[in-house]
Amino acid sequence: MYNFEFERPGSVAEAVAALKSEEAQALGGGQTLIPTLKQRLAAPAKLVSLGGIAEMKGVCLNDDGSLSIGGGTTHAEVARAAAAHYPALAALAGGIGDPAVRNRGTIGGSLANNDPSACYPSAALGSGATIVTDRREIAADDYFQGLFTTALDEGEIITSVRFPVPEKANYQKFLQPASRFALVGVFVAHYAGGTRIAVTGASEDGVFRWSAAEEALASGAALDGMAPEADGMIADLHGTKAYRAHLTGVLTRRALQAMA
Amino acid sequence: MPEINMVVNGRSMRAEAEPRALLSDFLREDLSLTGTHVGCDTGQCGACVVHVDGVAVKSCNMLAVEAAGCEVSTIEGQAGPDGTLNALQQAFQDHHGLQCGFCTPGMVMSAAALLKENPTPSEAEVRAHLEGNLCRCTGYHNIVKAILAASGQDVSGIAAE
Repeated sequence: MYNFEFERPGSVAEAVAALKSEEAQALGGGQTLIPTLKQRLAAPAKLVSLGGIAEMKGVCLNDDGSLSIGGGTTHAEVARAAAAHYPALAALAGGIGDPAVRNRGTIGGSLANNDPSACYPSAALGSGATIVTDRREIAADDYFQGLFTTALDEGEIITSVRFPVPEKANYQKFLQPASRFALVGVFVAHYAGGTRIAVTGASEDGVFRWSAAEEALASGAALDGMAPEADGMIADLHGTKAYRAHLTGVLTRRALQAMA
Repeated sequence: MPEINMVVNGRSMRAEAEPRALLSDFLREDLSLTGTHVGCDTGQCGACVVHVDGVAVKSCNMLAVEAAGCEVSTIEGQAGPDGTLNALQQAFQDHHGLQCGFCTPGMVMSAAALLKENPTPSEAEVRAHLEGNLCRCTGYHNIVKAILAASGQDVSGIAAE
């Protein structure tokens, strides 16, 4: 990889200041960014590590019952610390990558990257989470804007993510065993106001809510045989558009079955 | 170039390295600890697994500067000072848990992390824990058997393959 300057600030304020310089890039756990740098697909002039910021780490239950997870919290820590409060989210975190990846990768890094096959975007969108940054709060419904694209501005840092805890939830991941990403993943969460269904790994636009299925559930209909449009799904050597659309239906039904 | 300090296998070590130096390269090139292997250099094969502050990481997917000030354990720190293998390493030898040996440092370090968290894992738990460690020789069977044996479990019923 090309060389770069390196800073490791101890606070969010210092990190924001460090990211103001030209071509600076935040570094979370590096599990995607470092391979990207090695391939010279990115060449930042400066990396600003978020790993030394204690205020961005940890899981805590808020007074209103929602769960806040620091942007710098590793997948392994979420798997452990969220298990008692939000088991479906903890299970999702515990299934990302492999154990060594989970010890480095962070929730903020995953959401900032918004890989179309990553697990966390489906949990954030499926839970109607709030992405909290150094400067504002962004609703998940507004945050995800397509392939590797989010509402984040240049130099904006995800300091925490606030999850409303659902009555019930389940994540079904159809594993792509070589990459350990989701070939398709479906996160279903049931709240008093209705059921939210978020799908990762399937669409060329990244994570999306399967609104037709949400509406069908709201009207009391069954999802038997239902699948989203194959048009706009990802097609690659692992699966066609039609296959991914079909998997979306199957995994949604499996998640609902697991929640029943 | 920044000077990087870390405690490696209980000893304070330091060397100069560029910010872009990977922890794996720093260990191998600057500290001459070549027991940590680099297989794929893409974070997939797990041959480079070491422990940083007690948890397993892929050292080819972490910058050396990120480990500054940390306690790092590598395969070189596993045996006793006189070279006596620890229980896990001995189990790999006893149960033929390696063939070419290239993946072995990472396998041992991943297994050590598992046994610290879960002292008597089931076979399924061992296999799940090793999903980030690739071995192209053994078919994993004897690696799993060695780890179960090192955890003190009876492996006499598991046939060699």
